[in-house]
Amino acid sequence: MREVAIIGVGLTKFGELWDQNIRDMFAEAALKAMADAKVDKIDSLYVGAMSGGLYAYQEHLGSLMADYIGQAGVPAARVESACSSGAQAARMAYYEIASGASDIVLVGGVEKMWDVDDGTFVLATAADQEYEAYNGVTFPGLYAMMAQVYMQRYGLTREELAAVPIKSHKHAVHNPYAQYPFEIDLKAVLSAAPVADPLRLLDCSPITDGAAAIIMAPLEIAKNFTDKPVKIKGIGAATGPIALHDHKDLTRLDAVRLSAERAYKAAGASPSDISFVEVHDCFSIAEILVAEELGFFDYGTAGKAIAEGQATYGGKVVINPSGGLKAKGHPVGATGVAQLIEATLQLQGRAGKRQIENIKLGMTQNMGGSGGSSVVNILEAI
Amino acid sequence: MVGIVGYGSYVPRYSIKISTITDQWGENASTVENGLLLTEKTVPGRDEDSLTIAVQAAKYALQRAQIDPQKIGAVYIGSESHPYVVKPSGTILADALGIGPDVHTADFEFACKAGSEAMFVAYSHVKSGNMEYALGIGADTSQGAPGDALEYAASAGGSAFIFGTENVIADVIETHSYATDTADFWRREAEKYPRHGGRFTGDPAYFKHVLNSASIVMEKAKMKASDFAHAVFHMPNGRFPRKAGKTLGFTSEQMQQGLVVSLMGNTYSGSSITGFSAILDILKPGERALLVSFGSGAGSDSFIFEATDKIVDVQNKAPQIWDQLKSSRIYLTYGQYVAYRKKIQFNN
Amino acid sequence: MANSQRYTREIPHRFRLEAQKFEDGFVSLPNRYISPSGCKNFEKITLSGKGKILSYTIISTPSDQFKLIKPFPVAIIETEEGARLTAMITDTPFEKVKIGANVELVFRKIMEEGHSGIINYGYKAIVI
Repeated sequence: MREVAIIGVGLTKFGELWDQNIRDMFAEAALKAMADAKVDKIDSLYVGAMSGGLYAYQEHLGSLMADYIGQAGVPAARVESACSSGAQAARMAYYEIASGASDIVLVGGVEKMWDVDDGTFVLATAADQEYEAYNGVTFPGLYAMMAQVYMQRYGLTREELAAVPIKSHKHAVHNPYAQYPFEIDLKAVLSAAPVADPLRLLDCSPITDGAAAIIMAPLEIAKNFTDKPVKIKGIGAATGPIALHDHKDLTRLDAVRLSAERAYKAAGASPSDISFVEVHDCFSIAEILVAEELGFFDYGTAGKAIAEGQATYGGKVVINPSGGLKAKGHPVGATGVAQLIEATLQLQGRAGKRQIENIKLGMTQNMGGSGGSSVVNILEAI
Repeated sequence: MVGIVGYGSYVPRYSIKISTITDQWGENASTVENGLLLTEKTVPGRDEDSLTIAVQAAKYALQRAQIDPQKIGAVYIGSESHPYVVKPSGTILADALGIGPDVHTADFEFACKAGSEAMFVAYSHVKSGNMEYALGIGADTSQGAPGDALEYAASAGGSAFIFGTENVIADVIETHSYATDTADFWRREAEKYPRHGGRFTGDPAYFKHVLNSASIVMEKAKMKASDFAHAVFHMPNGRFPRKAGKTLGFTSEQMQQGLVVSLMGNTYSGSSITGFSAILDILKPGERALLVSFGSGAGSDSFIFEATDKIVDVQNKAPQIWDQLKSSRIYLTYGQYVAYRKKIQFNN
Repeated sequence: MANSQRYTREIPHRFRLEAQKFEDGFVSLPNRYISPSGCKNFEKITLSGKGKILSYTIISTPSDQFKLIKPFPVAIIETEEGARLTAMITDTPFEKVKIGANVELVFRKIMEEGHSGIINYGYKAIVI
């Protein structure tokens, strides 16, 4: 198997993109990535999107996007794994390149979420449609039920939980692509509209339009395109039960733990080697649970550690320097790719005012549903 | 003998006080309460309809009967509020209760006597030997237009009765039905609320049919009012059944237990039969009860029952109706009530 | 939103709580051909409807189909047979909805598909 690197990145602004449709957004990000990698021809295309059909009434995104990025004729397919669609698409590209089948592969993630009125319904299709969503539960509701057990078992306070979005917004201030590049305070979190007790509006990632794209290539030719390729040192992916009620322990995300174990093993690394991680903080509680499953904190301690500043600059590990899903925005299918872009920019020293110094390794973690799927990447600057 | 082997009643936990409704329409609460002899009425929860009510009542009946639901050969439900105009209620009930698919179902509508009709047909099937057990249910989420007199009484609830020949708790001694075409109360296709003939609903409708039906059934059984421990007559309000009973020679003590209308309101197809269910809750072995329904349009079914020794074994196997009416009530505001009952227009 | 054919298919599970108990101990309310850990042998059971709350939330921002009944509690319930399921809590004051509370499942209307579509019934839980 060949080693694989990221050689170019491209992003749209995240937010309410009223003037762009799904193909416009995708093309903008993809063409930026191709320009960044200085390629004008790709061998293959993967599109990560959760629900082109329900959000934009458009399926067959592989064909559409290949055409609209000027690459008609290339093999292309859309990859879906709910909110982890983006990282799953990159994973497909990774193996296609590692196997020797393709050299230059474009991976784009996209979601057009503001064209529908009832986005809550669409997101809930990532849960068990017949046995969870049918009975009225929403995604915030599922994570709220994890939070209830966690807070009761470990004594995490509502104020400590609020530290997660407060930190994310602080990080996003320096991210020009972020949907919400401004700070929020404790009072704002605690007085935000209730969504699913104990979660309030500012515990939840927003509805976002956006696209993200990367160009991947075999490491052996990566230097032909960029001085600073970023090597994917290890990938790990795993599944868990789609229904939260089938999790043996409602505070554990087995798929995240398994995907992390596999990524650490593939990379020959351990949590102490990781300088920063982009995690799937779809809700405040998710960041806490994921940080524990990734091995950065013991079970039951991540909430307090984040509240004490252990997950920001100067702490144990910087979690979500981009602002995370909460503040950067969460265009579902684009998120996994956008996480890889933040990791690439950090490892290449291109992260501007949010640059982390003395990075050893970077990590991304992208999750589908209430822990039904997870992909972890460990990345290294070459 | 053929008789009841299990019974059950259910009312939603929600109620509205008559005074809440009179406040809305500028009427005097005590005038209305004294006129109708009721102080509150039940309201279905937002996730309840005549079918969910019927299922709960039938589950209580099965709890008391302790029989395999698969042995029930027929499911009949009478209601003025079948959730579908076209699509059977009976199939939903049968599937929810684990009855069938080898089952006969039919949905009855005959204004407020659809429930006793369902009982009548269920009883007849068992009596004829067509089947071992048959289930008859009356349940309603009654309609009454805002501001109309009906709004003070139209309520929600239902009762279910399983007829059989083994382990009977109350034998059917006699029945009679009496019907003429009388347009005292009606609701046309696609209309949300019924209309009625005001005082024409009284003597020519309710009293004519109830008194004839009751007198004839007692005559057939060679019984008089004093032969009964309890009697119940359809309860459009608290006044009509008392007057009917008194005319037939029943005392207020004989009618007290069945007058659930005071807290329940008029549960249309579930009205008289839920009063009868309240009687079964306390009926003693050997005691007799008279059940007289009334349905506008118009007709009346009468049943004479006599309790067996077995009745005392089942009375506490499921919640009793007066307990339900008196405990953990949640009282609604008029605004909640109109939203719960979908009396305001929503977007689709 | 479940169209009539999708809805009809799930009736045995939603109306009567028909479930499967696999030899490895896993109890499934939805139909499965094999348990998550690979056991193919099972017996059919009917859940009693009694269980306890493992976790819950009060949903204030539901999807459009439930917006007229908000806010409402939803819970993850473990039945006495060991089946796990997600259900709305009905007819219960919010302060009684707690982890560990005992519940009983009842047959209720889950949603209506607009004015003219089918009515979706199923199970909800009441804290007892």
